[in-house]
Amino acid sequence: MQYILLLHADEAGFSKMTPAEQQQGMAAYAAYGEALSKAGAAKGSNRLRPVSDATTVRVVDGKTQVLDGPYADSKEQLGGYFLIDVPDLDAALSWAARCPGASHGVIEVRPIWSMQA
Amino acid sequence: MPQAADRMNTREGDEQARSTADAVARRSYGKLIAFLAARTRDVAAAEDALSEAFATALTDWPRNGCPANPEGWLLTVARRKAIDLARVNRRSEEYSEQLQAVDRELAAAPIYDEIPDERLAMMFACAHPALDVGIRAPLILQVVLGLDAKAIASAFLTSPAAMGKRLVRAKDKIRQAGIPFRVPGREQLATRLAAVLDAIYAAYSEGWTDPGGTDVIRRDLTEEALFLARLVVELLPAEPEALGLLALMLHAQARRRARRNADGEFVPLAKQNRALWDSQQIAEAEALLHRASAMGSMGRFQLEAALQSAHADRCRTGNPNWSQVVELYDALFSLTGSPVVLINRALAIAELRGAGEALKAMPELAADARLAEYQPYWAARADLLARSGANSEARQAYQVAIGLERDPAVRRFLELRLLALPD
Repeated sequence: MQYILLLHADEAGFSKMTPAEQQQGMAAYAAYGEALSKAGAAKGSNRLRPVSDATTVRVVDGKTQVLDGPYADSKEQLGGYFLIDVPDLDAALSWAARCPGASHGVIEVRPIWSMQA
Repeated sequence: MPQAADRMNTREGDEQARSTADAVARRSYGKLIAFLAARTRDVAAAEDALSEAFATALTDWPRNGCPANPEGWLLTVARRKAIDLARVNRRSEEYSEQLQAVDRELAAAPIYDEIPDERLAMMFACAHPALDVGIRAPLILQVVLGLDAKAIASAFLTSPAAMGKRLVRAKDKIRQAGIPFRVPGREQLATRLAAVLDAIYAAYSEGWTDPGGTDVIRRDLTEEALFLARLVVELLPAEPEALGLLALMLHAQARRRARRNADGEFVPLAKQNRALWDSQQIAEAEALLHRASAMGSMGRFQLEAALQSAHADRCRTGNPNWSQVVELYDALFSLTGSPVVLINRALAIAELRGAGEALKAMPELAADARLAEYQPYWAARADLLARSGANSEARQAYQVAIGLERDPAVRRFLELRLLALPD
C-alpha cells in the first residue's frame, strides 16, 4: 500500500538553529531518504518552502480568488512529505517513527486513495 | 401417514440444523471471521459473508443433513458469498486477487479439518493504536464473539445506532488504512499486547459495574471478557501480563455473588460471606499468578491480581497484611502513576497508620481535574474524614459521592453511612 507521510513542524525552528545544527539536521533527512530507497519503499519526497511563500486559490461563483499565505494558519506547518510503498500500516508507522521530523514535529500518516477501489 | 412423518422429520431436521449451527457459531465464529478477514482486511465483508453462509446452512442442512465438517462447509459457502459481494460492490482487482488467494488456501486440504486460529492476530488489529481507544473493546467483542451492536451498546451504556456507527467506522479504518492482522514482533509485543488486554479488561469492567446483574436491560459481558482472556492466555501462554489479567478477573468473578446481600444491598469486602466466594476460581487465579510471577516480568495486571489475592487472603485468614498491600500499591503507582491507585493506597494506609496519615496520602484534587467527578475519591475521603472525626467535612464528601454514583445499591450504602454520622 502507498502512504504519504506529511511532516508538520514549526518552521521557525530551523532558522533558530546554528549552521552546524542545520547541517546536522539536513544530513539526518538525507540519511533517512537513503534508508527508504535502500528498503525499496521510497516513492518520492520533497521539502516545501515556508508558508510565507504560499498562495491559496479557490473559485467562488466562477471567480478565482487568490490569497497570500497558507490554507491553515497553525503553530505547526506542513513542511514536506515522503511518499512510501509498504505492506501495511504498521510498516508505515515504523517508517514515520524513524523520520527525523517525528522528533521535532508531528507526522501524519495517510493512505493514498487507491483509484482501483 | 407419510406426510405427517415427513413434516416431523423436517422439524427435527430444522432443530438439528439450528443446534449444529449454534454450536459452530459458539465454537468457531471468531475463527471463521478471522480467517476470512485476515487476507482482505475487510471485517465487514467477512461478517456479511459468514452471516449469509449461516442463513444458507439453516435452509440446506435440514434438507441434506448436517455436513461432517460444518466449519469447512460454512467457510466454503462464506468465501463464495464474499466473492459475490465483492462483484456486486465492484471491488478492486487487488481485492479479487486476495479473495482468490483465500480460495487457493481453502483448496489446500488441511484447512477443512482444522481452520487455522487467527483470532489473536485479529484481536491485535482490533486493538491497534490507530483505532480510537474506546472502540477497541466493542470491536473485539463483535468480531471474536459475534455480539451484535445492540448487545454491545447496552453494556457500554450507549445507543445501538451510535455504537453501530462507531463499529462501522472502525472496520472501515482497518481496511482503508491497511491495519495488519498480525501478532506484532518481539520489540512491539509488550505495548501492543497491553492494548489488547486493556480492551478485554474494559469489557469486563463494563459488566462489573452492574454487580448482581440487577439491571435487567443491561447486557453483562463479564463471561465474554473471561472467555477472551482465556483465549489470549491459551494463544500466548508465556506472556505474564495475560496470565495476570485472567487472574485478576477470576478473583473479581469469584467474589461476585457476595457483593450483594439477599436484599440487593451493597456488601463491602470485609463483611462479605466467604461461603459465597467461588473457591475454584480463586484457586485458578492463584495458580495463574504463581505461573506469571515465575516468568520474572512484573506488570500492572499481575500487581492488581496480587492485590486481589492479598485482600482475599486477609479476609480468609484474618491476618492483617496491610503493609504488604501498601507495598503492592506503591509498586502499582510507580508503574501507572494513577491517582486511583493513590486512593486505594490511602485506604490501606488508614488501616496501618490511621485515618489522619491516610488523608495526607490522598491525591490532591488539583493534581487531576477528573478526580472531582470520581465517586471512589469522594467515598474514600468521606470515610477517612468520618474516621478522623471531621464530621461536617465527611458529610459534604458523602453527599458528593452519593451524587456521583449511578448504582442504586452503592448509593444506598453511602446514604446509610451518611445517616450514621454523629451530629
